[in-house]
Amino acid sequence: MATTLSPVAVDEPKLGGRGPTMAPPPRDGGWGGGRPDEHRDRLRRYRIGMFFALTAVVMLFVSFTSAYIVRQGVGTWSDASARYVTDWQPISLPPILWVNTVILLLSSFTLAMAQRTLSRKLKAAPRGGTLTMPEPLLIVDGQRSIPWLGITVVLGAGFLVGQLLAWEQLRHLGIFVSTNPSSSFFYVLTGTHGIHLLGGVLALGYAGMTSLLRKPLATRFLVVDVTALYWHFMDFLWIYIFALLHFAR
Amino acid sequence: MSEQHAHAAPTGFIRKYVFSLDHKVIGLQYYFLALVAVFVGMFLSLFMRIHLVWPEANLPWFGHIKPEQYLTLLTMHGTIMVFFVLTTAPQSGFGNYFLPIQIGAPDMAFPTLNMLSFWTTFVSFVVMLAAFFVEGGAPLAGWTNYVTLSAIPSAGPGLGLGEDLWIISIAIFCVASLMGALNFITTTLDLRARGMSLFRMPLTCWAWFVTAMLGLLAFGVLLAGGILLLLDRNVGTSFFVPGGLNVSGNLSFPPGGLNPGGHPITHTGGSPLLWQHLFWFFGHPEVYIAILPGMGVASQLLSTFSRKPIFGYKAMVYAILSIGMLGFLVWGHHMFMSGMSPYSAFAFSVMTMAIGVPSAIKTFNWLGTLWGGRIRFATPMLFAIGFVSLFVSGGLSGPFLAQPVLDIPLHDTAFVVAHFHLIMGVAAIFGIFAGTYYWFPKMFGRMMNETLGKIHFFITLAGTYAVFMPMHYLGMAGQPRRYSQFTELQYLQHLIPLNQFISIAAFITIAAQFVFVFNLFWSMKKGKKAEINPWEATTLEWTVPSPPPHDNFGGVTPVVNHGPYEYSVPGAAKDYIMQTDPATVTAH
Repeated sequence: MATTLSPVAVDEPKLGGRGPTMAPPPRDGGWGGGRPDEHRDRLRRYRIGMFFALTAVVMLFVSFTSAYIVRQGVGTWSDASARYVTDWQPISLPPILWVNTVILLLSSFTLAMAQRTLSRKLKAAPRGGTLTMPEPLLIVDGQRSIPWLGITVVLGAGFLVGQLLAWEQLRHLGIFVSTNPSSSFFYVLTGTHGIHLLGGVLALGYAGMTSLLRKPLATRFLVVDVTALYWHFMDFLWIYIFALLHFAR
Repeated sequence: MSEQHAHAAPTGFIRKYVFSLDHKVIGLQYYFLALVAVFVGMFLSLFMRIHLVWPEANLPWFGHIKPEQYLTLLTMHGTIMVFFVLTTAPQSGFGNYFLPIQIGAPDMAFPTLNMLSFWTTFVSFVVMLAAFFVEGGAPLAGWTNYVTLSAIPSAGPGLGLGEDLWIISIAIFCVASLMGALNFITTTLDLRARGMSLFRMPLTCWAWFVTAMLGLLAFGVLLAGGILLLLDRNVGTSFFVPGGLNVSGNLSFPPGGLNPGGHPITHTGGSPLLWQHLFWFFGHPEVYIAILPGMGVASQLLSTFSRKPIFGYKAMVYAILSIGMLGFLVWGHHMFMSGMSPYSAFAFSVMTMAIGVPSAIKTFNWLGTLWGGRIRFATPMLFAIGFVSLFVSGGLSGPFLAQPVLDIPLHDTAFVVAHFHLIMGVAAIFGIFAGTYYWFPKMFGRMMNETLGKIHFFITLAGTYAVFMPMHYLGMAGQPRRYSQFTELQYLQHLIPLNQFISIAAFITIAAQFVFVFNLFWSMKKGKKAEINPWEATTLEWTVPSPPPHDNFGGVTPVVNHGPYEYSVPGAAKDYIMQTDPATVTAH
């Protein structure tokens, strides 16, 4: 009964579609997890997600920047001089910001080292073996390695404390959020950036605790990898903000 | 962070229906949130219509409506409809439910993030509704929330705590939408089944994808504006508030009047226009966020129910992409009245007119799809055709308003109300209705009642046209928008009967929506059992049981061999070829 007609012209499925990125769940329910290929799929997925999350962050800071430029150029009416004058008074940036910048740059470096150590561990692990198992606490080949991740968290927290100190210095000088549009923007930009970086610190803190939480090494690698993208971006963003505050005073 | 992606089916009530990770449950949660919101928004508009023509009427809850209460109704109607209905149902509701299934994925890319974005939206909605119940009531600065009205708490009732709640709610909504958008984008890019190339995706998926892109780029801007506005209101900064404002005889001071150093604060030098720029840079893409998913649904349905491939699939894709892109370049056309340079106005005007090109491509392709088809006039198809009709009627007034010389007299008249309600409000709602009637069998395993569906369609179509078409005339005759009372104005006396007609048409249209709700809930329990593929459609959701199992494809990963709209292929045995059918189709 199945008489074959001339084949209907259809495209070969050659274009795109990465194929099933996840194996189907076993029939008995639940996911085994930890297959190496699944790890790679998850990594790619989380990287894509982080890339687009950062796009949204870019838009937030682009908006602040355009508001900054517009607000700087807007005048206010002065009865005394009978014309529009600017009310923007540049503030001098607290010198501690330079120290903070160095700390943050260092943290990017230590995070890269943490990634290297982790990926070596991951390569050393037998495929499908220790990947799925909780990792022994920070021990590679019987040696204690340098806790790069811990150092990064400390440096990140140090940067945040440094930013708070910068705020404190300004408060001491009587420069508050509402003192002048330039100080308003200083607090808004540093504050928003700080909140974002705090998220990164928390994520790295979580990654550091994966072994305590008895999560697989792969999870730790994933969190560190994706947070590193975020972290380096926050680093870059800070340099941008600092440059904006410095050069466009 | 490390939750297993495709999780086992949950068993407890809480994990299954409340804090569910399943994209289908989350889609329905969004849908029902929007259903509640649309009824709130609809009753607010009902009160407005009653008040406009019978200003002395006593209304439940509000009693006799004062002018500022009218503005509250208007603000909350706009806000709730735009954010919690038009942004929520077509994208987050249907998109969540059907995007993963249509591309052959077991779930969204980040299920936990998905759950979080729904519950964040829910919190945002609760905060928004809370504004009704605080001292001073809900805000009255319009859904566009223009400064300086929105920035000065003493400028009117509802501008105190109510206004703060409004801004906070919208800020939360921004965060929720950003989480949703990046989830949609990652899912589309990374979870497509083997063979599901980008150009084999149903146009619904393209629409959801581009909408997510718009959301990703737009909501951050509104969030920035919201943060700055909150600071202006509560900390005494002057991002938006200019100096020397005189509010009810007092110069404007923030509530405390002192900054933390004990110095008095006065606002100086802020730019109210800065708010408008930030708002509309978000606000115009937002219009497309509301309408693009409807375009996707219309394309899908017109092809399916005409039993013809969509006319110009690639042109449709490029049209969606260019509408999305141009949508970011036209925000200034909302601000022709702001005193902008005529050169800027000209640039914005030209960009706005340019959107007419991809819109016309879409319209002609829809008509081309219908042309010569064997059309099946089922209820979903009626709503899809209604969508096209409303899109054209509402769209044609766009080129009028896109020109500064015409916009200046028409701005802030009922003409604009007619324009955006037809194209953004009602057309998008028709997209939601079309999607509901079309996918209901898949979501609930039963068919909706066709007779009730048709009654609902014809009353709603005639009703919305009766409401909004005459408003064009009202606008040209000079009836302003946002006025709580016009009946005592001499030059508008002759418009009272037409306004009464509009109000009565609105009551009838609102009444018809109860037919829909009855049909919706009645059919869930008593509807005719649905087959797997009742509409004989080709896309992947029609290959799985209704409702689909927890992991969508029952552990089998689909392989896609065909494009999404292979209807009436010459030589094929049936008049449709499923996307998952073997590459070479044999006749049986």
